[in-house]
Amino acid sequence: MHTLTLAGKTYRSRLLVGTGKYKDFAETRAAIDASGAEIVTVAVRRVNIGQDAGQPSLLDAVPPSQFTILPNTAGCYTADDAVRTLRLARELLDGHPLCKLEVLGDPTNLFPNMPETLKAAETLVKEGFQVMVYCADDPIQCKMLEEIGCVAVMPLASLIGSGMGIVNPWNLRLIIDNAKVPIIVDAGVGTASDATIAMELGCDGVLMNTAIAHAKDPVLMASAMKKGIEAGREAFLAGRMARKYYSADPSSPTTGLIGS
Amino acid sequence: MINLHINGAPHTFTAPLSVEQLVAHLGYSGKRIAIERNGEIVPKSQHASTPLADGDILEIVVAVGGG
Repeated sequence: MHTLTLAGKTYRSRLLVGTGKYKDFAETRAAIDASGAEIVTVAVRRVNIGQDAGQPSLLDAVPPSQFTILPNTAGCYTADDAVRTLRLARELLDGHPLCKLEVLGDPTNLFPNMPETLKAAETLVKEGFQVMVYCADDPIQCKMLEEIGCVAVMPLASLIGSGMGIVNPWNLRLIIDNAKVPIIVDAGVGTASDATIAMELGCDGVLMNTAIAHAKDPVLMASAMKKGIEAGREAFLAGRMARKYYSADPSSPTTGLIGS
Repeated sequence: MINLHINGAPHTFTAPLSVEQLVAHLGYSGKRIAIERNGEIVPKSQHASTPLADGDILEIVVAVGGG
């Protein structure tokens, strides 16, 4: 009931988490453990030559033997840079093909550049990558990404790192109702109820980073997000009652009242 | 003299060296890194057998925290 299948692999958790913006690797790991997430995103960056060769690395704290590592292309503004980054990531992760594609269009709002995203997705799918793709909440372009062969389509709920929540549930529903691959809300979630709303809409999962890392207590928020995701999924499966506008319906019997 | 561009900065070496020797020189032997040479990935299995040439452009990357 709660499992999520991505590219043929089944996961118990529908919460995917990032590893950025934490105080240190210990806090990163503690938050991931509290979240129950099995899929964890990482960024790919140049090593600092001559500076950090002996330092502990993120993948020591979050080892690929224990987690599904999802390398991203954050910071890439062209399809070419994103493809190069993910080729490096695949080499870094011993041939692991699952990746998160994101091609940004504007450094202020971090909105995706969709023409470049579509171009990169085509190349990556042809090269055998299993592409999970950050994208605009545009039902048409989400469908295009599915048709290219992406294994998951990940529309934003609101701007990356904004914590503004689900700003356009109507578009998300259109995307979800039309999809044959998992739809994962990526970006914009601020608190547990946002994650719940995403799941109640019928999303297959939620990917978040800042909402946990920048909470006052990241580990406690990670736990809250886990419960929010589970509550939303159960509510979606249960099927909510119909909304009745402008008329109440008492929950208690209307007969047998004293004095009647 | 061999001049290499590594992660955007120039580095000069007095003797010829392989990718594996460069990795060792930089202190990354046994670390989880990936290398691109002139736009192409150099797989780990080929680090020892890939000589570096004057003017090579290298990118050496690692996984860091990110969303």
